Amino acid sequence: MSAADSPTTEVSGQKILLDQVTKTYAGQHGAAVDNLTLEIPAGKIVMLVGPSGCGKTTTMKMINRLIEPTRGRIVVGDEDVTTIKGDDLRRRIGYVVQGAALFPHMTVAQNIATVPKMLGWSKDRISARIDDLLDLVSLDPALYRDRYPRELSGGQQQRIGVARALAADPPVLLMDEPFGAVDPITRQRLQEELLRIQEDLQKTIVIVTHDFDEAVKLGDWIVVFREGGHIVQYDTPDRILADPADEFVEHFIGSGAGLKQLTLTRVRDVQLADAVTVAPGTSSADALARAREAGHGHVVVLDDRERPLRWPSLRSLGRTTQVPGGLDPDLPVVGSTATLQDALDTMLVSSAGAALVTGRHDAFVGVITVEVIMDAIAAAREASGADDEDTPIGTNERPEEPAAAEEPA
Amino acid sequence: MFWTYVTDRWDQIWFASWQHLWLVVQCLVLALVITLVIAFAVYRVPWARALANGVSAIGLTIPSFALIGLLIAPFGFGVLPSVIVVTFFATLPVLRNAVVGLGQVDPQIVEAARGVGMSRTRVMLRIELPLAWPVILAGLRVSAQMVMGIAAVTAYALGPGLGGFIFSGLSRLGGANSLNSVVVGVVGVVLLAFVLDLLLVGLGRLTVSRGIRVRS
Repeated sequence: MSAADSPTTEVSGQKILLDQVTKTYAGQHGAAVDNLTLEIPAGKIVMLVGPSGCGKTTTMKMINRLIEPTRGRIVVGDEDVTTIKGDDLRRRIGYVVQGAALFPHMTVAQNIATVPKMLGWSKDRISARIDDLLDLVSLDPALYRDRYPRELSGGQQQRIGVARALAADPPVLLMDEPFGAVDPITRQRLQEELLRIQEDLQKTIVIVTHDFDEAVKLGDWIVVFREGGHIVQYDTPDRILADPADEFVEHFIGSGAGLKQLTLTRVRDVQLADAVTVAPGTSSADALARAREAGHGHVVVLDDRERPLRWPSLRSLGRTTQVPGGLDPDLPVVGSTATLQDALDTMLVSSAGAALVTGRHDAFVGVITVEVIMDAIAAAREASGADDEDTPIGTNERPEEPAAAEEPA
Repeated sequence: MFWTYVTDRWDQIWFASWQHLWLVVQCLVLALVITLVIAFAVYRVPWARALANGVSAIGLTIPSFALIGLLIAPFGFGVLPSVIVVTFFATLPVLRNAVVGLGQVDPQIVEAARGVGMSRTRVMLRIELPLAWPVILAGLRVSAQMVMGIAAVTAYALGPGLGGFIFSGLSRLGGANSLNSVVVGVVGVVLLAFVLDLLLVGLGRLTVSRGIRVRS
């Protein structure tokens, strides 16, 4: 169920350990983060959630030491980075802030080149890297390289923000409310894109958010914080939903925990129905014959790169002699990394009762129906809490004796 | 009449104009350097920022003529008191704008810059200065206009430039060519101010990034 269980790629992320870290501010009562020990496993997405002022942002900023811890140790990979030069550490850790905060006086290419330039890469290497990264975040390099941030939409800016953070291929990526400043539709798309990128890259990603739904959707693990950087629960999304540690977490999850289960399963994890596919311009009679033979009521029209164009019923196809081309703007399409909730949304909006599913490069992979989603809900209810992955350590307790085994909070 | 006065003394006028322009340009560069040092030192500290703004506001009320007179005692006549007075007055508007401009830089952008591993100095030079630059440049243009006139006043301390024409004309007003002399000085200063402003607009075109230029 974790978002990063694709077996083909290698984990390029590194684990992070905050070891009894405390942050106090002069003139402030109580610690902002109090004796926190937090283990973040390599190659996973860990979400830090909690109400404002709970210390989640402080915790994240102590990983790259934008905020220097008052006490405690920070370990990235196997290296203690508590005392190395802060700027050097930050060049090795990707950082994305809310609203992207691109440098407005620099072009897209210059923004992305920021860290590689500081690391002294050659011009050719930087240039090639810029093109790769623009491809990675689905923006055409020829079109976007030389644009300035103000010539981009909010979603595009956020994509460039991610590209800038990934420029020097850091093992760790920190994101501070990365999708807080964009509209809901763009947010959903950016979230899916992040998951798709993560599938390839397998970085260690730490994301701060106050949006629990986002945490459930993106996180392999979720840390729920209370004031003072106290960990209330550190667990997988489905176990937090099924078994909240206390009333605070329950309250934070909000209502509709059952529906939220839908965000835990992705389209690619369920059985998709197949479909009869045809190319535009072929004979309608042939297409009809094939569809009837397969017992289907619709055919899917694909372009030469396997991308779905339209989805005519046999009746409307019967009125034509050639299969029509051209993109239907209302076509219900979801990506295979989309959650079942997104798929359900798409179906309800299009009133089709089903949606087309696309995979890599938007190529058609199958059809998802309402029935499939209902089955998945039933299955998830039975399976909830059944898997037993080892929860990483997360605690605010001081070890009584050196050998004390720490229980998950 | 006026034209013969001008053509007869063309070399002299040309030389004085160059001197005048050079004095102003050099003092502006000096003022800009001083400004940047002060502005970067104060803009993060609220009380220091308020102090800098106060000084630049009050400083502008000092009559330049009085200041140049006062400076003759310690520094004597000539170029030095002129440079000090012109630089002093040139610094004030730029400083005000620099403090404001640096204050307007989005803190999120500065944090993003720190977050990707830029050092404090690098953030100042690569991020904050370029982003505040259009505002600083606007201040520089105000300074340039203002000190063109002040540079003429410094001729009182026998400094270089077109001020000499004005003072010598005024001192023998009614005498032969006295009015012509004053007019040459005044018109010359106005023309130079115009030329310098054009140059500064051109500088803006060259140095302000297209990404933050105000679209017209």
